[in-house]
Amino acid sequence: MEPITIIKSTCVPLPAENVDTDQIIPARFLKATTREGFGDNLFRDWRYDSDNNPKPSFVLNQPDYSGSILVAGKNFGCGSSREHAAWALYDFGFKVVVSSFFADIFRNNALNNGLLPIQLSEEYIQSLLAAVEDNPELEVMVDLPKQQLNVVGSDEIVSFEINPHKKSCLLKGFDDIDYLINQKDKITEFEKNRITA
Amino acid sequence: MSGKTLFDKVWDQHVVSEIKDGPSVLYIDRHFIHEVTSPQAFDGLRKRGIGVFRPAQTIATADHNVPTIDQHLPIKDRLSRFQVQKLTENCEEFGVQFYGLGHQYQGIVHVIGPELGITQPGITIVCGDSHTSTHGAFGAVAFGIGTSEVEQVLATQCVLQRKPKRMKIEVNGPLAKGVLSKDIILYIASKISTSGATGHFIEYTGSTIRNLSMEARMTICNMSIEMGARGGMIAPDETTFEYLKGRKYAPQGEAWDKAVARWKELHTDADAVFDTSYEYDASDIVPMITYGTNPGMGIKINEAVPSAPDNVKALEYMGLTAGEQLLGKPVNHVFIGSCTNSRIEDLRLVASLVKGKQKAPNVHAMVIPGSKQVEQQAIQEGLDQILKEAGFQLRQPGCSACLGMNDDKVPAGEYCVSTSNRNFEGRQGPGARTILASPLTAAATAITGRITDVREII
Ligand code: SF4
Repeated sequence: MEPITIIKSTCVPLPAENVDTDQIIPARFLKATTREGFGDNLFRDWRYDSDNNPKPSFVLNQPDYSGSILVAGKNFGCGSSREHAAWALYDFGFKVVVSSFFADIFRNNALNNGLLPIQLSEEYIQSLLAAVEDNPELEVMVDLPKQQLNVVGSDEIVSFEINPHKKSCLLKGFDDIDYLINQKDKITEFEKNRITA
Repeated sequence: MSGKTLFDKVWDQHVVSEIKDGPSVLYIDRHFIHEVTSPQAFDGLRKRGIGVFRPAQTIATADHNVPTIDQHLPIKDRLSRFQVQKLTENCEEFGVQFYGLGHQYQGIVHVIGPELGITQPGITIVCGDSHTSTHGAFGAVAFGIGTSEVEQVLATQCVLQRKPKRMKIEVNGPLAKGVLSKDIILYIASKISTSGATGHFIEYTGSTIRNLSMEARMTICNMSIEMGARGGMIAPDETTFEYLKGRKYAPQGEAWDKAVARWKELHTDADAVFDTSYEYDASDIVPMITYGTNPGMGIKINEAVPSAPDNVKALEYMGLTAGEQLLGKPVNHVFIGSCTNSRIEDLRLVASLVKGKQKAPNVHAMVIPGSKQVEQQAIQEGLDQILKEAGFQLRQPGCSACLGMNDDKVPAGEYCVSTSNRNFEGRQGPGARTILASPLTAAATAITGRITDVREII
């Protein structure tokens, strides 16, 4: 996993609420056995019509908007547990998703893949969405060590929460699995006293 | 100090250690895997040069992308075939039990776990699938995980998880005729919304829940995730023990008695505290259907589509207008299946309703048993004949049109009354319009060719 520290980028606005993982990556594209290449089908049915022509109304097809920060409506990533959703966003080039609310499994999946989910107030998200739609060149700075986010050029700095363990993993690019593998002795010990066989 | 909830009791027993200000190392008793969310996890093990830590605690099946006809032939779709082939090879290489196509125990992962008695009270269960919450019906802590976490469990039999909050949902009173547990959970989801239980583990209680069969309880717990919950559970009782007794992997003889004694302790203490509680009266619950594009968008079958600022996009997708009645609306597809409603009890209900009747000519009605065992049982009981005579197609087990990874898809723009759990845009195929309902509502709709209030024909 690639470490994250400070990210400065323009944003892609996606104000829709309850964006489920079936929209992020539809099930028919889950047949690959590797983690790569899912970006091509990110938001497939919102991005392309049934003849595979790009839909001009969808934000990823609008040349004005680009960048590694996705600003999304609330309850982002609900539905299926498919980690392919996080892979698709990452593979497409997103490093950060900002929303007022994330579904639990998606949040874990994102964190496990170096994609930073930042939860901010609904009010702030609405104002950020409006600002980005108004000015696609607006840049946002995300400072993971300080747990802060601000619009470049603005004095308003907002703080975000992140679990300290997850933060240190992201900063170092460590996976949870490395941590767990180091715990195997403890786990074996636990098994000896386990009641539920 | 206040008492513990059922959830606390099971969770706490499985905490190996806690990271300061971080998640817990949670021990996993049983791990289910399937073809879609596991290949990258096995690759991860290979890259690290490690094996599966406790192979006997992982069970694999092929369900998500398998065809539901001609399962004895090689899978036609190249990518699906490759994915199932990969799972077969991975299970062989890493020593994991695999119930593949054609095996007498193959089926949807959340159907086979309980019917084999692998799912038991008081254990922890995970699977790379959000509907793992189904297994909570037995008083297990069961939840869905991502592929990185599948790899964690394969490598160490543990996952790093933060303890969720506790939510209690109590439903009391007798259910009216024609109302099923699917209606209860669609009703609850319509009240709580698609994100209302995020961050929580739900315990369902109350006399209505207590009086449900195990199959009906599984339908409830299955859809916990549709409200955003990590999982849902129901305290084990005589109904649970009765269901499990004698099943293949259930404890036998003396071990059974010991297990039951232990399981009887698994209930919420009287003085335990929940972070959030809801209470509903069963007399307010009638057959439910959804009108929108998430499972929280449900209404009573005789209600009109509501108008709300946040459902404009959903109504546009569904081709519906606010104020419109869904009752009487023609539909061309009925799908009875998925880990929500594909168990033997569901098939019996459907068969009892359609017996001696004929499906409407405009309807394509598909019944997909949840597992090979359900299929066999249906044949033994003659349900296959009843369904066939009524014009329904009984196919072979798998997830099928629940998520449209195989050929079982609903064409763009067409309506499907479905017993599955998700009505997301494109879930049953690009452009497909899904209306979630109970097996009885689905069966009644297939007969009349229009969305039907089952209470009018039973
Ligand atoms: S039946 Fe549907 S919801 Fe259940 S496991 Fe299969 S795809 Fe998921």
